[in-house]
Amino acid sequence: MANYDRIRRANSAFMTTLTGLCTLLAVGALIIILAHIAWQGIGSLNWQFLIDRPRPVGEGGGIGNAIVGSLLLLLISSAFGLPLGICVGVYLSEIGRGRLGGAVRFIVDTLTGIPSIVTGVFVYAIMVVPTKHFSALAGGVALALIMIPIVARTTEEMLKLVPHSLREGALALGAPQWRVTVGVVIPAAASGIATGAMLAIARVSGETAPLLFTAFGSRFFPESLNQPIASLTVQIYNYAISPYDEWHAQAWAATLVLMTLVLGINIIVRFLTRKKF
Amino acid sequence: MPVQTAAPRIEVRASAPVETISARTKVAVRNLDFFYGRVQALHQISIEIPERIVMAFIGPSGCGKSTFLRTLNRMNDVIPGTRVGGEVLIDDHDIYAPGTDVVDLRRRVGMVFQKSNPFPKSIFDNVAYGLRINRVTGSGSELEGRVEQALKDAALWNEVKDRLKTSALSLSGGQQQRLCIARALAIRPEVLLMDEPASALDPIATSKIEELIFDLKKQYTIVIVTHNMQQAARVSDRTAFFLLGKLIEVNATEKIFTAPNVKTTEDYITGRFG
Repeated sequence: MANYDRIRRANSAFMTTLTGLCTLLAVGALIIILAHIAWQGIGSLNWQFLIDRPRPVGEGGGIGNAIVGSLLLLLISSAFGLPLGICVGVYLSEIGRGRLGGAVRFIVDTLTGIPSIVTGVFVYAIMVVPTKHFSALAGGVALALIMIPIVARTTEEMLKLVPHSLREGALALGAPQWRVTVGVVIPAAASGIATGAMLAIARVSGETAPLLFTAFGSRFFPESLNQPIASLTVQIYNYAISPYDEWHAQAWAATLVLMTLVLGINIIVRFLTRKKF
Repeated sequence: MPVQTAAPRIEVRASAPVETISARTKVAVRNLDFFYGRVQALHQISIEIPERIVMAFIGPSGCGKSTFLRTLNRMNDVIPGTRVGGEVLIDDHDIYAPGTDVVDLRRRVGMVFQKSNPFPKSIFDNVAYGLRINRVTGSGSELEGRVEQALKDAALWNEVKDRLKTSALSLSGGQQQRLCIARALAIRPEVLLMDEPASALDPIATSKIEELIFDLKKQYTIVIVTHNMQQAARVSDRTAFFLLGKLIEVNATEKIFTAPNVKTTEDYITGRFG
């Protein structure tokens, strides 16, 4: 019996150590990445860099237009992607329980797996080719297409976590189905849905490939959504593959700004959707 | 198995307040069958529930008493693959007739569930929910009045009047259940269905709910499902005994617990099975 206990304790200690080490490895990797970016990026970071537009090598310049462009692209993609994705999620959880729902779910899952470059080429074919120019709008649509399945599935999962008894409680008070969904189920899952939306925004804010053929990039501040627009990711890409040390340094600084932006969005959304009840 | 339908006359218990109880039939069920897919859960149930009394459904787990309760406001409609046969008449109108407005039906036949299910909103908003969705009230002050009245009717007002804006989830289990009762009462239903409303509560909270039921029957027709036979004996005027999806016997509560007509009922209430 004592022997059995010893084995059990050894097993327990081993598993605790193993999971602890794995966690340390994952968190450690994240911290190293963040620290490295901060280390490399902080040197080129100053106010001028944040508000200026790109200049030729040797003349400084900044990423102000790319910051504005990225925010605009996120705004456009959120305007299309979030409502559509949330509606699909509501459909999957509350209405589509039959074979049609299953088919939609399968399609959404497939959509999640589509490489983002394919989405970019697709939007290039349907929006850029007919209009004969790159545009912020096309970039936003490409990002929205990536957001929709993510938002849809997280929304569905979050709505499914709402206890059935809440739906019954509302129905028993004479609430029609749609009012149960809008007034009780969605509010109860609001923070979860917002988290899903946030994940989707964070995910697309790091996308480069779908923007290469759609938003294209620009060295100027945006004037119209119908024109090519700069974005942080494409800017980072262009600077990183350039042969100039100054631009490399700027790419690091832009990466730091992008990370801060994503973190900022996270914090703001979490604050806005904190549990009130 | 012998099925005895309800007699139209009501025996007034000694403990009941001295008042004339209307003998008008509020709910009449005729030959009700109910199926979950291919499984038949209820067999040929026929029963009459008079107005403004407390009717208790007793029986062992899985006997169909909750299922039957849920057929009275068509809550089973939300479960896929269910089917109903027979008639449920409320005020002589078949609620399963085509063209019945289920939303309107559920306004008239309120329900309190076994597990309290307050919405994750404030106490006030919980009670106001039914009023708002049904656009019962016009002005804000009228809404506040109705919420206050409902909370008073549910004997909760004194405990929550100073914190109506706080979360309903901050209340204790017993208070949450009374809040759910208040929520159901706010829209003034004619019939109140209670599915084991006190089964998850401690004895003090239970006795509060029971007192409440006793008060409420002056205005409402109450149907209560309970596991607890003492509770049925304490609160109800009439009791129906269910077994294996069949209605075995229904009679005045006193009769059921002292001199049941059917042997099976006697075996159950004396604890020989179940």
